[in-house]
Amino acid sequence: MLLFLIRRTGVMIVTALCLTFVVFYLTNLPAKLETLAKTQAGTRISDAEVVTWLDRNGYGQPMLVRYGEWLGVMPGWTREVSDEVMDGRCYRAYDLREPGSAPTRCGLFQGYWGESTRFRATVAEVIPTRLGATGLLMMWALIVMVPMALVVGVAAGMREGSRTDRSLSTFAIASTATPEYVSGVVFIALLASSTAGLSPLLAQWGWIDGPVLFQGNARSALEKITFWNFTLPVLTIALYGMGYIARITRASMTEVMTQQYIRTARLKGVSFANIVLRHALRNALIAPFTVIMLQIPWLLTGVVIVEVLFSYPGFGWTLFEAAVNNDIELLLAASVVAVIVVLLTQLISDIGYVYLNPRIRVT
Amino acid sequence: MDTLGWLDILGRIAVQLLPVWVALVAVFAISITFKRRLGLYGKLFDSNVGMVGFALVMFWVFAAVFADWIITHDPLAQISGMRNATPGSPLRDPDGRYEYFLLGGDALARDVFSRMVMGAREVLRIAPFAAMISFMIGITLGLPAGYIGGRFDTGLTFVANLVLAFPVILLFFLLVAPEIQETAIPRVMAGVLFIVPVIFFTVLLNARFFTQPAKRNLYVGGVLLVGLWAYSGLAFNADPLGVWGMSPNLLNVFVAVVFVNSPTVFRIVRGITLDIKTRDYVAAAQTRGEGPWYIMLWEILPNARGPLIVDFCLRIGYTTILLGTLGFFGLGVAPESPDWGSTINQGRRLLTIYPHAALAPALALMSLVLGLNLLADGLREESLKD
Repeated sequence: MLLFLIRRTGVMIVTALCLTFVVFYLTNLPAKLETLAKTQAGTRISDAEVVTWLDRNGYGQPMLVRYGEWLGVMPGWTREVSDEVMDGRCYRAYDLREPGSAPTRCGLFQGYWGESTRFRATVAEVIPTRLGATGLLMMWALIVMVPMALVVGVAAGMREGSRTDRSLSTFAIASTATPEYVSGVVFIALLASSTAGLSPLLAQWGWIDGPVLFQGNARSALEKITFWNFTLPVLTIALYGMGYIARITRASMTEVMTQQYIRTARLKGVSFANIVLRHALRNALIAPFTVIMLQIPWLLTGVVIVEVLFSYPGFGWTLFEAAVNNDIELLLAASVVAVIVVLLTQLISDIGYVYLNPRIRVT
Repeated sequence: MDTLGWLDILGRIAVQLLPVWVALVAVFAISITFKRRLGLYGKLFDSNVGMVGFALVMFWVFAAVFADWIITHDPLAQISGMRNATPGSPLRDPDGRYEYFLLGGDALARDVFSRMVMGAREVLRIAPFAAMISFMIGITLGLPAGYIGGRFDTGLTFVANLVLAFPVILLFFLLVAPEIQETAIPRVMAGVLFIVPVIFFTVLLNARFFTQPAKRNLYVGGVLLVGLWAYSGLAFNADPLGVWGMSPNLLNVFVAVVFVNSPTVFRIVRGITLDIKTRDYVAAAQTRGEGPWYIMLWEILPNARGPLIVDFCLRIGYTTILLGTLGFFGLGVAPESPDWGSTINQGRRLLTIYPHAALAPALALMSLVLGLNLLADGLREESLKD
């Protein structure tokens, strides 16, 4: 087990290094740096000015050197402004000016994540608050999604081929066919539009106070989460992921229901409800567990779409803003976080699978 | 003139879609008549779910094919006075054009219905081909990875996991951007990815016919001629005759989508190969002294077709969703393009006041993906019955 964990951690670190280098490479292409210089120093600067801006801000060095700087294995760049004032990566990091006062290396390994050019703050300030906001959204999405998916899957799978099975399976398929940007648009049109859908009717009958039933903008949820501003984003994320988990649960449930021990239980005269709840359920939930864990990184795309659609400033929205503005260090930090989430959930799902299913051994 | 009621709108849309209905009825009549002779495709018509799915998919395929006859207005034309017009609004000054905006107008006074129909063409031009190329790449790499195993397998699996660990959305943000289009990255990636289908067919035919050199030379020569011709045009825009070609925008989108999809296909094919290579007919072929590529491509692959066909349908749907995601973030599409994702994106700004402009393409996209998923489900059910 320990060996397995060590090997997995090694693979994780190599993967994270490869992926961050790819992100670094793609964000540091000459054309992207030029865009960055223009957004930071004014759109009308000449090509020569772009080059000097890049040199003055430490983008002039070879890419590998700068990747090393970002990691913290290479000494950060420095530039002498005058005898008493020094500029450089590490000088900026700790807001120092005196020559020799800053450490030589400052990067990921030293705990310095860099500066966000879009939000004009350090990445270490931006990321945690946004992650917290997204964490809430994800938590509620999972709270809605997982029980619903399991109930649908178990109900469909306990009697294969029945009418309940057919209609629930079709519902699950329909939900996997509805990406977030479709369901979000449909929900807003139905429930949060002042001109279409249910809201005008309800307002006319005097059942709701405001013009709309739910709010199509979740920015207010940052201060206070209410049922009215958080339902639609949560539901939108939950719906797309739900169908897949439900289908896996159904498949697993139908398989369990054909097992010998279920037949034995039936012949013993155990009631159907008891068979499902006490004999089948526990074995049927092994496969969905891994899928739920693997679904979490997959929800990331949904989170970005939903946060942009409902303008909820969480991690996904930040990722979008960073990408649009080519905010290199924020984008790198976001990708590190995303990659860690992906790899950790994979690890947890593997370990959990072994614990839940004693027939499988880690080798 | 008055604004049309909903029944009128639906009636008029049904009339506009006449070519689609005719084609659908023809396809269903022919298929159901001859369904016993059509193999797996014919069996599809025994399952209700499969038939509904097939009908939905073919509806959009025919809508894309006959789009020029169906549309009521030029999808790019802006008509004065029709900004954000509600569904069924009459034109102020028809002047020989169709008198109504059947599904209303968008924020730039363009006809939503025509844009939706034209959007089907945009989507169906990319999604099936991207899925197909992803499949060929996944098969060409997954078969040897599963069959030969060893270091080769370890290396490829690591690379596949690397790509899969990348959040799709991040990859899109990084890879599909105007700055990237100016660099050599999409061309290089296309150069690597698009050569794989050519290799696939060459190896496929060579493995089968290398004992009959005359036939082999004819087939392989033909594949190489057509394949390299298309390859030069699609990947490098260097087709001497100018038949094959892709705009840098389209190429970028295509490459990104294929790149995201192939590792998943690779894993599926590898898994199936690991299972099938222990079967007796593979052992029999090995004993006969067949080469490894013959066994992989002519013994294992045909026996893996069931799950692969099902996954192919699902993958076209998923690719459609990915293309919509790209459009939703305004990545890699021409600014005026009527594709569904970017139409939703443009419509979402006024979503709470004028939902129709975003709703029409959203429902269109959903129905196409739903059709593909139902079709896959029907195929899975029918192929399991044997």
